[in-house]
Amino acid sequence: MSYRITSIPELEKMANTLRRDVVEMVGPGQAGHYGGSFSSAELITALYFNKLHYDPSNPKMPERDRFLLSKGHVAVIQYAALARTGFFDVSELSTLKKLGSRLQGHPDIKKTPGIEANTGSLGQGLSIGLGIALGTRLDKLPSRVYVLIGDGELDEGQIWEAAMAAANFKADNLCAIVDRNHIQATDFTEKRMDSGNIPAKWAAFGWNVLEINGHDFNQILAAYDQAAACKDKPTVIIADTIKGKGVSFAENTAAFHNGTMTEELYKQALDELK
Amino acid sequence: MSTSSLRNAYGQTLVELGHENQNVVALEADLGKSTMSCLFEKEFPERFFEMGIAEADMASTAAGLALAGKIPFIHSFAVFTSGRAYDQLRQTIGIAGLKVRVCGSSAGLSDFSDGSTHQSVEDIALMRAIPGMTVVVPADAAQTAAAVRAIANVDGPAYIRICRNNLEDLTDPSEPFVIGKPVIMRDGSDIAVYACGATLAMALKAADMLKDKISVRVINVATLKPIDEAALIAAAGPCRGIVTAEEHSVIGGLGSAVSQAFALECKPIGFVGIEDKYGTSAHTYEELLAYYGITAEHIAEKVEAIYKRV
Repeated sequence: MSYRITSIPELEKMANTLRRDVVEMVGPGQAGHYGGSFSSAELITALYFNKLHYDPSNPKMPERDRFLLSKGHVAVIQYAALARTGFFDVSELSTLKKLGSRLQGHPDIKKTPGIEANTGSLGQGLSIGLGIALGTRLDKLPSRVYVLIGDGELDEGQIWEAAMAAANFKADNLCAIVDRNHIQATDFTEKRMDSGNIPAKWAAFGWNVLEINGHDFNQILAAYDQAAACKDKPTVIIADTIKGKGVSFAENTAAFHNGTMTEELYKQALDELK
Repeated sequence: MSTSSLRNAYGQTLVELGHENQNVVALEADLGKSTMSCLFEKEFPERFFEMGIAEADMASTAAGLALAGKIPFIHSFAVFTSGRAYDQLRQTIGIAGLKVRVCGSSAGLSDFSDGSTHQSVEDIALMRAIPGMTVVVPADAAQTAAAVRAIANVDGPAYIRICRNNLEDLTDPSEPFVIGKPVIMRDGSDIAVYACGATLAMALKAADMLKDKISVRVINVATLKPIDEAALIAAAGPCRGIVTAEEHSVIGGLGSAVSQAFALECKPIGFVGIEDKYGTSAHTYEELLAYYGITAEHIAEKVEAIYKRV
């Protein structure tokens, strides 16, 4: 059975729980992708704890909705969501990236229950999502497919190949979410590769474009509903977010895209996420 | 000797599979009239996806279709399905072990007029290097039909290399395609020639040319991966020397696979293939093969050279 948290304060609490899980999973002294995990915490929480139809006891149920993490480097927060929704025990989170662990550095369908695609080579998740959307449509299943893309990932040309194809196939069961946190691996997106007018680009490719605050659950849930209601077009939700949101020293900096916390910062992060 | 089109055999067999299994789907990158996926498009328009000239997107979309329970076949020229989409085949399809079937059409030098950009000299090497990828290279139309059926059922991804040009009908159409099994096409006791695809007919001709002085055995290696090394070694029988012949770079293809299998056997091995070069344009396929030293005469010469050492 799927999770259905409908109270906004409860959803906000869960988003912070996932952030705490991420901090604890990575731990002091190890590098982890905090920035993009924290920026997408609400977007992911709203899916796993409110919108997605799935069954952790039957993870391959054909009519399930799919969530694909095209920005696979933030697998750590997806693992937290999968544990908190019952795909595996929360205690397993502490095995993150250990030799032999099911929780790899990037999502792996062969290892982790609830993972829907192997991602990590950036730019490929939207195409995979399109394939799932076309396949479930052939089988007349009600499944919806959500693909979370980083804004830095928009540099990859394949994103735009998939954008063109999804509109061509009128894949209205496909929803892309752009985590617009304004920072890619080494600097602000505008300084690394200026992606210009992102909403206009998606609109020009034939998508239904929604722009929201990606930390506001009211806006996020409404956007997912609008995406589901839109016919004959795929929908992209461009979610304005803050990289590293929730931990002051990680906010709005590339330093914690893949950063390491000292013992002191680790304690501070957990304090701030109470 | 009659010849037949491997491409037609491919396309017709894909249609048959489509009738037998409704989960079979096809994706194309705007070369359907060459790869012959157009036959599938005509028969099953709702299960055919024209992805435009976007091979990377095609490969990843096929991954998604496989994740949704379909058996997708993706199509383009071999140089593009193996090269342009290499990362997608490795990262999304290979690591996950997805049942995507990759058709590398107009392979090797067979797109003779289009030149180096369209001729795949290293596709077998690339596909063999992907862990878990099955790689088949049928030698004629009948074997193509059998190979398409065989790869439809394998676990994990599979690559099939298809020659653009008609090839001589050499294999027994009633013989099922067994993945990994080399087939002795002609018996002999001095030198064993291992061939695949277009070089099989050349190897048989070379054996004929030498029949009065050297007893040449010819073995068709239609599966380049997984290789049954014991069967490959056993196929040489009493032969004291080995020659490999392929329409592919001598690096990473049949020659590499065979010599790896024979590493402990202490038999001299000679290689016929493309010597670390790109392709080039020519007016005929035969002319191009001769330019790169891939003919019956070149195979016979190599057999004689190895024979002198054993």
